[in-house]
Amino acid sequence: MKKETQNLFEKKLKKFPTVTIIVPCWNEEKTITKTLNSLLNLDYPKNKLSIMIIDDGSTDNTWNVIQKFKNKKQIQMFRKENGGKYTALNFGLSRVQSELIGCLDADSYVHKDALKNIIYYFEDKETMSVTPSVKVWKPKKIIQMIQKVEYDWGVFIRKMFSYLGAIYVTPGPFSIFRKEVFENLGGYRHAYQTEDMELAVRMQSNHYKIVNAHEAVVYTVAPDTVKKLYKQRLRWTYGFIKNVIDYKHLFKREYGNLGIFVLPLASISIVSALYIISIAIINLAFQIFDFYSKWSAIGFELTKPHLNFDWFFINTSFMTIISIVSFMGILALLFIARKMAEKKFAFSMDLVYFLTLYAFISPLWMFKAVYNAIFSVKTYWR
Amino acid sequence: MQNRKIDWKKYIYTFFITAIIFGTAIFISNYFSQKKLAEIRSIQDTISIDILSSETQFSLLEELSCKDVTTEVLSKELGNLEEKLAYTEKDRGSTDSEVQTLKRYYSLLQIKDYLLMTKISQKCDKTPISIVYFYSNKGDCEDCEKAGYVLTKMRQDYPELRVYAFDYNLDISAVQTLISINKVENKLPALIIGEKVYYGFQTIEDLNKYLPELEELRKLKNATSTQATTTKIK
Repeated sequence: MKKETQNLFEKKLKKFPTVTIIVPCWNEEKTITKTLNSLLNLDYPKNKLSIMIIDDGSTDNTWNVIQKFKNKKQIQMFRKENGGKYTALNFGLSRVQSELIGCLDADSYVHKDALKNIIYYFEDKETMSVTPSVKVWKPKKIIQMIQKVEYDWGVFIRKMFSYLGAIYVTPGPFSIFRKEVFENLGGYRHAYQTEDMELAVRMQSNHYKIVNAHEAVVYTVAPDTVKKLYKQRLRWTYGFIKNVIDYKHLFKREYGNLGIFVLPLASISIVSALYIISIAIINLAFQIFDFYSKWSAIGFELTKPHLNFDWFFINTSFMTIISIVSFMGILALLFIARKMAEKKFAFSMDLVYFLTLYAFISPLWMFKAVYNAIFSVKTYWR
Repeated sequence: MQNRKIDWKKYIYTFFITAIIFGTAIFISNYFSQKKLAEIRSIQDTISIDILSSETQFSLLEELSCKDVTTEVLSKELGNLEEKLAYTEKDRGSTDSEVQTLKRYYSLLQIKDYLLMTKISQKCDKTPISIVYFYSNKGDCEDCEKAGYVLTKMRQDYPELRVYAFDYNLDISAVQTLISINKVENKLPALIIGEKVYYGFQTIEDLNKYLPELEELRKLKNATSTQATTTKIK
């Protein structure tokens, strides 16, 4: 990876292909200005970069807010009836002429070097799409700090999947595609409101190469309440399950590491996470029951701390040892991921929040997503 | 079109690393498990020697005065053993053959200690402060857990109190004989205090009522500690 990064900075781009960034927006009056400014500040030849804003029938002030950009030559803006994100993207796609096409969610901001860092990977003629590193924009609340750690983790995982040729999501914030992808495979689909995953698995299904540019940084505004996060993750997890079912033919050797390792592992991880969570809840219930029966038998009393330490009572079962090893593995991966995402490792409270709280909130959407997938309950975005 | 060659070597390496981690975990876990069982066996051996020693002392009682018979150490050891055995039973499951063997041995040691204490008490004209407790782990005794908490608490408060706990369903003739001699019915939890059998959950207050000696012991203890404090202050 070091070599790859070194090459990137030493090597100058041979040519700058033409790029169009589609920005679909629906009621994004608060963030759209910052999103567009970040695009205008990209370090990329102005005559090679166009920005296309598609207002998907916003009911707030978004359309008026974006009018201040109407004199910018690089920017085109359109307004259409509300039809969902994928319709806005397809609306843009039908009007694009450039060699490369990207999209950027209207609540995300790009680093000024992001596009250049991505374009470098298109020098490989086989590469059909490049995904960036997505990070959380200025996390303030605890719920956002937890997501910061999760997104840093994602930076590492996405790069690993890239090496394995097994990326199965091209994130909404700033994934860039060759025009041929849409010409040959068609536009975006509804895909249970996870169009960015469906497109990636459709590309994988057609053996199109997707790589990750970990140096290309995009910031996204993370949900700031548990309710918003729950809705977002429910949509993601539900979309993952449904898309995996739709593309189950990918679970084959001919799809390489994606078919024999990454997709099976991602699917198993949902089942195993649910299993572990269920066991933990049952254990907790038993402990509460034990505490209650002890309390009803002898009343409340503080247990005296064991002054004589006896090694005999240390749990040395197989499961405990494996859990400790797994936990150490998680810590090591968090360390590597943070080093990769932030360029250095610095301990901060977000790691503590992640390790202590994430396990309690993730079951909320996991159980519901599996339930919805089994009983085909529709999952809404907002 | 991307090249999708699978690098099987990487999968084999990963498999071996995982196998080594799991193998090491199994080895470490087994190693400590064996060490723990060995420790329990060693405590049982110590108790066995202690009982033998007490029995020998008892045989010599004719020539000894009652105050020379020491039994306090043994009581502590039995408590320690019981705690460890209960932990092991929870850890390995009550059906584990090692646990079953250890429990049988432990029950025998308890019966021996119980008989010895009864004899010493008769000889020295003392009331034995002991509770014989029958429980079941089969899931047919709702109150056994609560009764266990109460007895543990009692033993913590009165180290002189000897609590002998027996699994009612333990397949060992000595325990079954103890059950039939005392005519203990299968209505658990059951407690033998003095010569009377009490069925069902008994609170701390109930037990204090059945064993008035405990109250005397407490008074005596309080008096001694007050005296000690006063001496210190002086």
